[in-house]
Amino acid sequence: MEVVILFCILLQHVMMSRHTHAKRIEGLDKNVWVAFTALAADPSVVNLGQGFPDIPPPSYVKEALAKAASVDRMNQYTRGFGHPSLVKALSQVYGKVYGRQIDPLKEILVTVGGYGSLFSAIQALVEEGDEVIIIEPFFDCYVPMVRMAGGKPVLIPLRLKSGKKTITSADWFLDPDELAGKFNSKTKAIIINTPNNPIGKVFTKDELQMIADLCIKHDTLCFSDEVYEWLVYRGHQHVKIATLPGMWDRTVTIGSAGKTFSVTGWKLGWSIGPEHLMKHLQTVMQNSLLVIEAVAQGLLLNYELMDQPECYFTSLADELEGKRDRLAAIVEEAGMTPVIPEGGYFMLVDVTALNQDLSHMDEDEAYDYKFVKWMIKEKKLAAIPVTAFVGEESTKDFEKYIRLCFIKQDGTLDAARSILKSWTKV
Amino acid sequence: WVKFLQNIMATKTKRIYELKWNKPSDCFILTDTSRNIIALSDSPHTHRVEFTQLAADYKAVNLGQGFPDFSPPQFVQEAFCKAISGGPQMHQYTRAFGHPPLVKSLAKFFSRIVGQDIDPLEDILVTVGAYQALFCAFQGLIDEGDEVIIIEPFFDCYQPMVVMAGGKAVYVPLRPVKGSAILSSGDWVLSADELASKITPRTKAIVINTPNNPLGKVYKTEELQMIADLCIKHNLLCFSDEVYEWLTYDGAKHIKIASLPGMWERTVTVGSAGKTFSATGWKVGWAIGSGNIIKYMKTIHQNSVYHCATAAQEAVAHGFEREYQLFGTPESYFQQLPAMLHHKRKKLALCLESVGLQPIMPEGGYFMVTDISSVKVDLNDPNTKDELYDFRFVKWLVKEKGLATIPVSAFYSPEHSKEFDKYIRFCFVKEDSTLDAAEAILRKWSQKE
Repeated sequence: MEVVILFCILLQHVMMSRHTHAKRIEGLDKNVWVAFTALAADPSVVNLGQGFPDIPPPSYVKEALAKAASVDRMNQYTRGFGHPSLVKALSQVYGKVYGRQIDPLKEILVTVGGYGSLFSAIQALVEEGDEVIIIEPFFDCYVPMVRMAGGKPVLIPLRLKSGKKTITSADWFLDPDELAGKFNSKTKAIIINTPNNPIGKVFTKDELQMIADLCIKHDTLCFSDEVYEWLVYRGHQHVKIATLPGMWDRTVTIGSAGKTFSVTGWKLGWSIGPEHLMKHLQTVMQNSLLVIEAVAQGLLLNYELMDQPECYFTSLADELEGKRDRLAAIVEEAGMTPVIPEGGYFMLVDVTALNQDLSHMDEDEAYDYKFVKWMIKEKKLAAIPVTAFVGEESTKDFEKYIRLCFIKQDGTLDAARSILKSWTKV
Repeated sequence: WVKFLQNIMATKTKRIYELKWNKPSDCFILTDTSRNIIALSDSPHTHRVEFTQLAADYKAVNLGQGFPDFSPPQFVQEAFCKAISGGPQMHQYTRAFGHPPLVKSLAKFFSRIVGQDIDPLEDILVTVGAYQALFCAFQGLIDEGDEVIIIEPFFDCYQPMVVMAGGKAVYVPLRPVKGSAILSSGDWVLSADELASKITPRTKAIVINTPNNPLGKVYKTEELQMIADLCIKHNLLCFSDEVYEWLTYDGAKHIKIASLPGMWERTVTVGSAGKTFSATGWKVGWAIGSGNIIKYMKTIHQNSVYHCATAAQEAVAHGFEREYQLFGTPESYFQQLPAMLHHKRKKLALCLESVGLQPIMPEGGYFMVTDISSVKVDLNDPNTKDELYDFRFVKWLVKEKGLATIPVSAFYSPEHSKEFDKYIRFCFVKEDSTLDAAEAILRKWSQKE
């Protein structure tokens, strides 16, 4: 009897293990957000971790959405390939920015968030065995998306110029020789992110030119993630690599309504590029027509106001610059060292000076992971560990940093200040 | 095809490729030297796009594409407006695998129906429409060389999704029972022997759709049990597309295959807020199943779109809360909508019969399939002479009569499409005025004959 039972259990195990996943997701199940969002969800935690605003979006986009919802027809499917009002508005805004005519139906694709654009571009253009250069620190989805498409990520770190007292994101740079060494005949694409998440670096024209030269030399594509394009602070300028000579034809540029209008929960993004690349980007997933209309209206309104202070693209950057400076002061007060970002809404903070003893925690994790978990638990302040944005080899260079998000209400920043003040008093 | 190839060559300049016509998949497939699929040419999927354009070009009365031309119920519209004017968190990212209020209300609602204690965080994944739920299922669970059985006629996206996942589609058709007049979708059945004969050691999953698009068949318990027995015997997964689950007529009962013994642990059930609340444009869907299977779909989801829009999920959550309280009562939208559509279904059937067309009364869903073999028309368009009869008929109907429909052979594999080229599909989930306009066209047509 026992033999029969054992056999049945064995057989069931063998049979159940047939319900295996597809190979394409092998090793891709871990995700820093899934882990840390859950920890930070406790309402008593001051959340400077995940990158979304707790400030309201401009009222006119909310109103546009409410108005759209009351039109019956707008609650049903839209046309399969691109909604005219939105792609037209995008071609107007970006036509002005790029200084070229952009075909709304052939050179623009609307997707489910900037995330969806990255997914579409990588799925369409990266294949088995292709190498894709990714600059560390990188928005964490680039690596799993490239791997899921069968590609091989090739990492190159931004390196810190040593010796300076006040560190800004401009002090992080790409070594030209090191970068050139990463390109070879298998290189299909390079992914750049400017302004960069998490450091906030805004790549200069010269830096982009250096990357462009290599792309042209090796006939490589460029995926340029520019979701934070409007959030650039005084003294800096956002440059689109696609506007450099020879680059339009090989670049897919990604944008986001969520970041542009502080409505990350709307999940609407777009890709812009030449027809011969764009036609391969399909999107399996469509957007809601309601959101499409509201974003289109928001874009048109700000198109009229572009270069004026009332333009949301400008006013949001102004508002955030104040918050950036405020958070930097708070961090310094607490004895830590901020890396002042030139753009985006994140700030890297070097926690070395606090000399926090975490030897009681899990040996296997990088210092910043341990630090953030401890900080959430003990100090009720949430951040994101920066080694989530780098490969294994670069862990040792980045594990002293945590990432703070400052697109938060003044009340939230004040609460963070209280926590940090009482911390250093101990 | 030349243009297709030119476009591919423009991006992929450094490899050797093989281009083959894939008969079962009805498309060109480009593979590299390691036999990995690089690209597919147009699939039957694009026929739907082609016909939508045709309807627009001829300003036809559109009973083709499957969406309501009336509004969603007041209570969900209000819920959406309330969500928009809610706190700032309504416009920001929510939980990636599903907004907590929504997964909780879905778990509560469906636990009662499936007879299973559904864990809101482990057993549910919220997706951008049911479409993305299907996408995650295929991408997460189907591997290179896996066979997937698709029952015909099938919603056209199943086939390209199988191919995109590297799988091989194997088809089994529903067939009208021989002998008596085919009056109902219930008269179309699956042969147990034929289905069993399609299973091989490489079969990974079977896709079912009940109520079925386009036929409207609502599978009975015995039919689902037959499929379940085979799934259990051969250890298969089951993807059950149940987006039309609330739309059953004449007392037909929707049965969830996941509720049959031994099926919960191997079934992914897909649902849609768009079809449930007549708000197809909201693009909120879900997959419900054992956490052991859903977890693989979560990996695809977190690496493709990651989050779904927050406000719409909040509104759908309120919709399900309301329906949970009113379940089984006359105020329930899940009672009112099928009742309203029942009358429209009847109206359309009478119109079609009046011109000598033979509708197959659907037991469920949005659509009615009609046999057009008894209608004699002169389809003398030289442009379409190589196409299947129903395609030619549909194009003629749009151009000559201003009425748009969809040819049913588009829902069949190439190997079976010729057997089923005498049927066209109408959508009756339309305002009475739209149905009246269709009626006027059909009446004028029958008077001319």
